[in-house]
Amino acid sequence: MSRRAWRWLIPASALPVLALLAYGFRVNPREIPSPLVGRPAPSFTLTAFDGAPVTLEAQRGRVVVVNFWASWCYPACYDEAPVLERSWRAYRDRGVVVIGVDIQDTTEAAKNFVRDFGLTFPNARDPSGKVSVDYGTYGVPETFFIDRRGRIRAKHVGALTDGVVRVHVDALLAEPAG
Amino acid sequence: MKGRYATAVLLLAVLVADPARGAQAPTRAVTESQVHEVAAELRCVVCQNLSVADSPSEMARQMRAIVRERLEAGESPARVIQYFVDRYGEWILLSPRRSGFTLLVWLAPLAAVAIGFAIVSTLVWRWTRRPASASTPPRVDPAMRERIRRETETEP
Repeated sequence: MSRRAWRWLIPASALPVLALLAYGFRVNPREIPSPLVGRPAPSFTLTAFDGAPVTLEAQRGRVVVVNFWASWCYPACYDEAPVLERSWRAYRDRGVVVIGVDIQDTTEAAKNFVRDFGLTFPNARDPSGKVSVDYGTYGVPETFFIDRRGRIRAKHVGALTDGVVRVHVDALLAEPAG
Repeated sequence: MKGRYATAVLLLAVLVADPARGAQAPTRAVTESQVHEVAAELRCVVCQNLSVADSPSEMARQMRAIVRERLEAGESPARVIQYFVDRYGEWILLSPRRSGFTLLVWLAPLAAVAIGFAIVSTLVWRWTRRPASASTPPRVDPAMRERIRRETETEP
């Protein structure tokens, strides 16, 4: 090979590596797309802190917001708890249900959390972690927006804001029922 | 009509239902090492670079329990791993699959070593082939030679 070709070959060989690095540094390693978006939401039956059964199946025909949280998850879960309560009160008459799933927590601490924030939507502990694994959660808080047909349509990682809830819930409410 | 429809849905649900979910009693004995083998393939989702087998976290403990339960229900290790992949994506696998795009991860180091070896051997071959004339001392013209002789002789 000629000298001239060699001179170009070495910097050229670095290009794919640089391109890979450029791509790698741009993506957020914490935002891994969930393979569950677009698929039927895994069913679950849990017992709420007040003793009532909480099942996803019973909510078919409604837009469901499933939120995974824990009492030790500070500050994100503390920030979004009032948002969830507000959203639940604002949307409950329009066919929207909020379900809180408490993971990797103690019943005592979780009950205090529910009481302190005055949460009135159904909240249940996932003692075995099966529900959280079924939903492919990495940590808390994570929130799934489920349409009336029971399909997961969006996943939000991190604390919710009123805006995030509104965007997803309004979009799902706008879809024709059934 | 409605009743028949409901029965059909129920029947379908039973047929489609996950066998592991319904299984209460273990159908076969599973050893700790079998659970470990599967758990070692899975990335602990709340850790940095730890497998589900090695992590002391609560989440990993729960995932090991799920692995054990599914194995006990008669699922093959490959199916148990697929259960996690379906929910977390291939990200959950500690070693990327040797197919598709992630095959590149396995082949790239081999390719890099091969290319490096080719470059080094070419360079070594070139250096050792260099003509002998390059090592002969530089020519000194007669005038310079005379000057050097004069200067060294006048030294005390």
